[in-house]
Amino acid sequence: MFPKPIENSSATVRTGYQAFVPVALFIWLLPMVAIFMTSVRSAEDINSGNVFGWPSEFALVENYIAVFERSQAAMYLMNSFMITIPSVVISVALACLAGYALAIYRFKWALPLFFLFVAGNFVPYQILMVPVRDMSVQVGLYDTIQGQVFFHAAFQTGFCTLFMRNFIKALPFDLIESARIEGVSEPKIFWYVVIPLMRPAIAALAVLIFTFVWNDFFWANVLTQGESAKPITAGVRALNGQFVNNWHLVSAASLLAALPPVVMFFLMQRHFIAGLTLGAVK
Amino acid sequence: MAFTETRAGTQKTSWLAKNKLNIAPWLFLAPALLYFAIYVVVPIFESIWLSFYEWNGLYRADGTSTASWVGFENYVKLWDDPKFWISLKNNVLWLVLYMLAVPAGLFIALFLNQKTPGMRLYKSLFFFPFVISQVVVGLIFGWFYNPDFGVVGTIWKALYCEETVNILGNATFKCSRAAPDILSSPEFATYGIIAAGLWPQIAYCMILYLTGLNNVAADQIEAGRLDGAKGWKMLWYVVLPQLRPATFIAVVVTVIGALRSFDMIAIMTQGGPFGSTNVLAYYMFETAISEYGERYGYGSAIATVLFLIMLVYISYFLWRMYQDEKGAH
Repeated sequence: MFPKPIENSSATVRTGYQAFVPVALFIWLLPMVAIFMTSVRSAEDINSGNVFGWPSEFALVENYIAVFERSQAAMYLMNSFMITIPSVVISVALACLAGYALAIYRFKWALPLFFLFVAGNFVPYQILMVPVRDMSVQVGLYDTIQGQVFFHAAFQTGFCTLFMRNFIKALPFDLIESARIEGVSEPKIFWYVVIPLMRPAIAALAVLIFTFVWNDFFWANVLTQGESAKPITAGVRALNGQFVNNWHLVSAASLLAALPPVVMFFLMQRHFIAGLTLGAVK
Repeated sequence: MAFTETRAGTQKTSWLAKNKLNIAPWLFLAPALLYFAIYVVVPIFESIWLSFYEWNGLYRADGTSTASWVGFENYVKLWDDPKFWISLKNNVLWLVLYMLAVPAGLFIALFLNQKTPGMRLYKSLFFFPFVISQVVVGLIFGWFYNPDFGVVGTIWKALYCEETVNILGNATFKCSRAAPDILSSPEFATYGIIAAGLWPQIAYCMILYLTGLNNVAADQIEAGRLDGAKGWKMLWYVVLPQLRPATFIAVVVTVIGALRSFDMIAIMTQGGPFGSTNVLAYYMFETAISEYGERYGYGSAIATVLFLIMLVYISYFLWRMYQDEKGAH
């Protein structure tokens, strides 16, 4: 283990380390702490300039209720869920199929097609922007939830396929081979042999794609116009304009926007981290 | 499932049965491939094609596009467009400074790579900034930098200002130097945004290195220790070579993050002041969908330049993957 395990050091070093880690964490997360403290302040505190001192009163509940009452935050949040969840389901499902094909079958297109998915996943969004926007307008998907779902699902399919293919490639091939010899059909091998083994990968991808799509801001701007189909990220920006200098409300709304991915992360931490390494750091 | 039965027993199925290993992969691939082609692959070529046109995004009544061919004119215009060069320069700045996330992430990972009680929780809390939306990060830092009531302003007041209270009891501040308004300063605004962007990116690199450090071979470290290596030498000669895969991924995701920088700029400065914080990604968006009418052709030309820059990294990444694949067989 590197660096040297702290247990082997003197008691002073050990205690010093254990005392210092929380301090470092506090400094590291200071922006989050500050925004949380702001979101529980009262309007009087903000106006009188008490932005950093101890709050004169705690207005946590009032502020969060105010965000929902005075803005369309509830609708934005709902939209975000309606955009994110179907996108996750579609892209992970398609990638299971495609990843299986690219990992298990030996055909000469396997590697070029795999690279196509990988490369597509890394392109800058701007190179897709005009055609995707134009296409969405043409088929009536502009300014709708579905329009965003279709795009996100398609785009994330690239990353998901990269991940799934590498994951399936690492599975023991003998399992599939012996199922084939027993005469099991290909779809059944996929469904009964491979899918059960893919569960951890599916979980990892699901949390990761949830975060990616939830945090999208660019496509929300490109594919929507009005308020009705905007997700919370774009909504928070609109609120920022609406609640000028009401920092306690802006903070509360920002925390609401940040909350679902954070909850996902804490619930599925192990899977999340496995996903982030692109399945590449073994 | 669309493809259930492959063994019904007729003439046709025997052909199917013979070729099932050739057909099956295409059936599994078809949905993802088709869908990905429509939304990702084809639009890339359409964009490049559009960059040779001038188009406001409108169609005639008969459904034909109003785009007109202009050849390389958009690229010639780009060459003479100072905003384009500012954006490009800022992109380079982002690329270079964003790379600080890699060593910084490694540093924090080394600091946290211990097994004292509660360490798991600390590690995940350190990772926090990456999970939250960049829009939120941008808002937080925008507020931090605010010279009137942000952190910067408050510290400044403590250092350089004197508080005077007038007869009405209102406090006013007299400052020997005005507080810096980072995001309104053409010189410093980009650095301010990059600093904000580094926060989540460092967290990302940290987690990559923590995972990598978990898998560093213990026997090699022991061997290194026996040979008298420690501290920096151990890190440089023994640990870092083993962390190569983690470093590779960290560099890749950091490059992509730097070139994709859009959200923070849109939230914190919208490219301003005077276009000084523009990057290609934001300038393209601003040009293509502006209040003064769409300029799809010119926007596509900017996007194409950005794409070509990214293509250098994509090619490198694919080449590395190809080497790995070859090694695996």
